[in-house]
Order: sequence, then C-alpha cells, then structure tokens
Amino acid sequence: MRDVAIISFAQTKHQRAVSDINEVEMLMPILGEALDGAGVKKDRVDFVCSGSSDYLAGQPFSFVMSLDAFGPWPPISESHVDMDGAWAVYEAWVKMQAGKADIALVYAYGKSSPGDIRKVLSRQLDPYYLGPLWVDPVSLAALQARVGLEAGAFSAEQMAEVAAASRRNAKANPYAQLSGDAEVAALLSEPEFVAPLRKHDCPPISDGAAVVVLAADGAARELSEHPAWIRGFDHRIEPHALGSRDLTTSVSTKQAAAKAGVGDKPVDLAELHAPFTHQELILRDALGLSDGVSINPSGGALCANPMMTAGLIRMGEAANRVTNGEASRAVAHATSGPCLQQNLVCVLEGE
Amino acid sequence: MADQDVLRAPNVVEYPFSRTTGPVIGAFFTALREGFIVGIVARDGTVIVPPVEYDPHTSESLTELVEVGDTGEVRSWAWVGEPLDGQPLGRPFAYALIKLDGADTPMVHAVDTGGDPSKISTGMRVRAKWLPAKPAGASEEEQTDPKGAVRTYREGHILDIECFVPGGQA
Amino acid sequence: MSDIQLPERLEGVEPVRSIRTFASLTYQYTPGRAASRFLKEVERKRLVGQRCPVCKKVYVPPRGSCPTDGVATEEEVELGHTGTIVSFCVVNVPFMANLMEIPYVGALIQLDGSDIPIMHLIQEVPYDEVHMGMRVEAVWVPDGEISHTLESIKYFRPNGEPDAPYDSYKENA
Repeated sequence: MRDVAIISFAQTKHQRAVSDINEVEMLMPILGEALDGAGVKKDRVDFVCSGSSDYLAGQPFSFVMSLDAFGPWPPISESHVDMDGAWAVYEAWVKMQAGKADIALVYAYGKSSPGDIRKVLSRQLDPYYLGPLWVDPVSLAALQARVGLEAGAFSAEQMAEVAAASRRNAKANPYAQLSGDAEVAALLSEPEFVAPLRKHDCPPISDGAAVVVLAADGAARELSEHPAWIRGFDHRIEPHALGSRDLTTSVSTKQAAAKAGVGDKPVDLAELHAPFTHQELILRDALGLSDGVSINPSGGALCANPMMTAGLIRMGEAANRVTNGEASRAVAHATSGPCLQQNLVCVLEGE
Repeated sequence: MADQDVLRAPNVVEYPFSRTTGPVIGAFFTALREGFIVGIVARDGTVIVPPVEYDPHTSESLTELVEVGDTGEVRSWAWVGEPLDGQPLGRPFAYALIKLDGADTPMVHAVDTGGDPSKISTGMRVRAKWLPAKPAGASEEEQTDPKGAVRTYREGHILDIECFVPGGQA
Repeated sequence: MSDIQLPERLEGVEPVRSIRTFASLTYQYTPGRAASRFLKEVERKRLVGQRCPVCKKVYVPPRGSCPTDGVATEEEVELGHTGTIVSFCVVNVPFMANLMEIPYVGALIQLDGSDIPIMHLIQEVPYDEVHMGMRVEAVWVPDGEISHTLESIKYFRPNGEPDAPYDSYKENA
C-alpha cells in the first residue's frame, strides 16, 4: 500500500442560495485556495476527480463545464462520480494506490437552490415502485426515524440533543450555514415538520462546494509538515428497497468501519455525514464510537448540507483537525442514497 | 456585482420516459392492472413485496411469484402535512411502510386518513384503494393524461393503487 | 428468465411490459456573473468577451474562467461584429423541426478580437460556397427585438472581404 494523505482542504461559505454565480464561478476561488494550501500549481496535479449530480443543476453533463474552473487545457487526467465527492476521493486513492498519480485534486459541488430539492432527490429512487410516488428524502428519513423511535433505539430528546450540539459546534465554523445556542426543550416544542421529524431534525438546504488535495508518499512529506494520512478506507452499500433493510441500524457502516479498522485504536473525533439527527445516533452506534469521541466539531451536515459535497467536507474537516494536532486519529464518514443506503468510512491519522 | 444584475430564467426539464419492466416487475404491474398484488419468494422462503429480480442476501435469481393480500399493517409512517406537487394526494397524508398480509417485507405507499394525522398509527390495519378496471373499449386517451397526473383506470402502474385507507380485516 | 412461475391468476394474461414514468422538474437557471454580463451587452448590441490575465486569450461567450489557466477572466474586451469561419457543417437533417429550411449551414465563427469561436448560422450564401476562412458579419434582428440572447443575431453572412489567412485561425481549426 502507498501512503496517501489529505494535505489541503478548502470550502465555500455555505448558503441557502448562491444565486448570482454559476458552478464554475463558485468553484474557482476554492480551487485556487486548495492548491495554494498544498503549495502546488495545477501542472503538478496528476489526477482530478469530481463529485456532483446533473439533476441538481438540471443540465446533462454539467460536471464537464465545471472543469473550466480547474483549467483542463492542455488535457488532464480526469474522472467524475455521480456521488458525493467522498467517493471521488476513494477513486483518487485507488488511482494513487495503482501508482498512476502522486498528487490528486478532488472537488465536489452542489447547488440545490435552482430546483425543488425534495422533488429533485426523489428522482434518485427506484423508478418503478417509488419514483412515481414522488417520495421525498425527508419523508423517507421520517419513516426511518419512526422505526427507530418506536423500537426504542433512540428518543426524540436524543435527536434534539444532536441538533443542539451540532449548532453549538458550528459557532466555531465560519463556513457553516446554521449555528447558535438552541435549548433541547425549545426545539422539542416546535411543531412537527414531516412527523416524526421536526425542522431541526432535517438539514438546511445549501449551496456550496469543497476541494481537497491528496498526495502520496514523498510528495505528501515534501508538501506538508503534518499530512493527514489515510490509514483505512472502505465503502459498502445495502439494498435500495427499505423493506429489505433493518432501518434501526446501519449494517453497511458497520462493515465499512470494520474493513477500515476504525476499532483497531482509539478515535479522537469523528465527522459524520448524517443529514438527519437520528442518523447521527445510528452512525455513532454502528461505528462503535465511545462517549469521549468528539462528534462533528464542524457542526456536520445539520449545519450545512451542500448536496454531493457534505461527505467530502467531513473528510476535509477531519483532516484539518489531524493536521493541526487537535486529533491524532479521526474518522470521516459519508453517506449516499435514502436512509443511509450507502456508507463510506475513512480513518485519518497523523504521523 | 449586485444580485439583480444576474440573469435568471425558468428551466423546465421533462423526462417523458417509458421504462421496460422485465418479467418480474412486469408481473407485479400486470397483477395491479388485474386488481391484485404479487410478491416473490426469496431463497429463505420469505415473500418480498414489491418483487425484486434477485435475492437481496444471496443475489440468486428469484422466479416464484405468489399472490399476497391487498390488506396489511402499517409498520411506520411519515406525516406529509404539505404535500409536494406530484405526490399521490393533494391533502395531508402519510407515506407508510405497509406490510401486506402474506408478505414478509413492507412496501412504501401513501395512506389517506382524510387529512387527519390522529387517524394513523403503527400497527393499524389498512387496505388498498383501487382505481377501477379499464372498461372494454376505453380508448388510450381516456386512460390517463400523457403526463400521468390524472389516472382514471388501472393500467399496470404503482398508482393503480390510489393509496391505502384505514380498514381491512386480517 | 423463462422459468418465472406466475400465480394462477396471471396465467395467460397479457403481461405489462413497460410503464410510463413521466417526470418534470422546474429550475431557476442562473448563467452566473460572466455570462450575464455578456448577455446584457448583447442587449445593447455589443459583443464583449473576457481576457485571461495569464495567457491573454479572449473568450466569448465568457464563462468567467480561463480553461487553460483556471483563473478568473475579468478584463472585458469589446469584439467586432465580423469574424472568420473556422469550421462549418451542412445540415441535411431537420433537427430544428420546421424552424430552418434544410440544408442549412452551422459554423464556428471566430469573432475579430477573440481567441475562441462561437457557433452560429450562416445565411445569404449558397451552402456549397461556404468555406473555412470566409469572412462574415453578424445580421442582427431589428433593434426593437434585441434582447439578452444570442438569438438577437439572426445569422452571419459573407461580408465580401477576402478570405482570412489560415494562420489567423489555425489554432481553432
């Protein structure tokens, strides 16, 4: 195995609607920032991989245009995943393991504001049984939450505590969209939105983008004093049909965590891509994180949830905290699909 | 640059697709058109509804379709107080995981309680509310509008069941 | 999959083979700052590109960045309404329904002062006389109909100048 590290991370200030710029204009500044942070010019980047979804923009092959933000001329080695950018990091990591790249750049972006995100995301569902019902992701998450609540896996109070803790943590995150001090009792007195979920159980709708730079072996040591080394990396998927899954737990996260070696040594902090409060509780359990682990010091996806990007941000936030010495071993998680269908787990360590 | 200097335009993207079903999903929709529901027997003997082509545990091909009931039990529900355009009901309703009698896995569909969230609970019995069968001689145009927003008769579609409603004996 | 076993009630019943899955999504499209600037200048009957601060190339319509250098292009450059045909095709298929009489010519036109071509129609010349290097000029719709769209230019037509030398457009050919 080659040693691969995240050596630089940049993200936009996430907002409900970035309506005056297009995706290229949104990406360009942070691509420059991430390259500067890594101390490289773009000609040293061996591989570029991006994550985005054309459905968000309503434009087929919209990711091709986004490459103008990087500058793909003369031609570059490039790939794209119609997934969260965390999976683009996985592809870049595999490429680096194969010896095909020493430095890779991964970006992801999502502007949810042009369309109705709940309707747009219903299009990710099986087109025979679910698509024609226009089941939206909030309703699906609500079905999952009720299963867990009624099985006694977690409580509405615990869910509100996740929301309060996330917003409190986000007060230290200048890129977050939501932050502040919220009392659990006050949150629970709010009306239900899509019952049993209240608004605080759901992520904000966000426009945003993020970039990480990866480097292998000598290149990582040359460019970074404190690289965040990827020491474990895996992703797993479950059946699409909710009826075929146990919604009170996340078997795929457990499997990915075991393969990535999460439990092999103590974990200092975890950045979990949990768009809904109860999903953070499911994930903490599935990852076997003890009470002492700092969860989502950035505020997580409940405080900024740019689609296709929030998972990549978890990797960048975790890596930053390894690089600055706040954590010596961190877990980054990303999810995709309805009700935590697919999960990626990455273990990051300092020297 | 101030926001008002940037142009904006509505952009409507339509997907006027038909999708082939294959024999397994096709059988499910054929049954719906005929007014009943089928599932498929998994390798462990459980009945999966709606049917899938491959076993979720072993990935083997599944082939045995069996009839299940059009009544069942609510296993979970999400109350949609403000339905989005296109969702099955125009007034508040629930999406629910419904385990049909004779099935071992729940399916997702809508439950109509007349807009009243106090009239649904987990464990509640529900039954399918069917669209009428297509009368002999009805033209294609009578069947549905091209965009599928208005449905008159059963045609082999998940919305041949308009929704589920409270009731239905075990 | 011929070994599918159907319940008795489906034996001999004409099977459903496909379903209709119509879907429609409505978006508010924003072209962004650079393209908005360009289109607003079109409304004033001006064609304005943007220059890369690194390689100095002028892009039109501007996308806000240089695809070579990946940097913002902010300096605006007014371009001529004349240009050179870099490449073209003769269309014999009615893609455009009945809007265009076939055959018609679609061309890549490098506007004077820019470094990449735009795509537009060539008219007022027999299709078999169109050629690379041909000099053309924009024919605008009447002033009252001009708006923030490239359809404000009806088409390009030969302007009678001698052909441009190959070297002047070979990078895009």
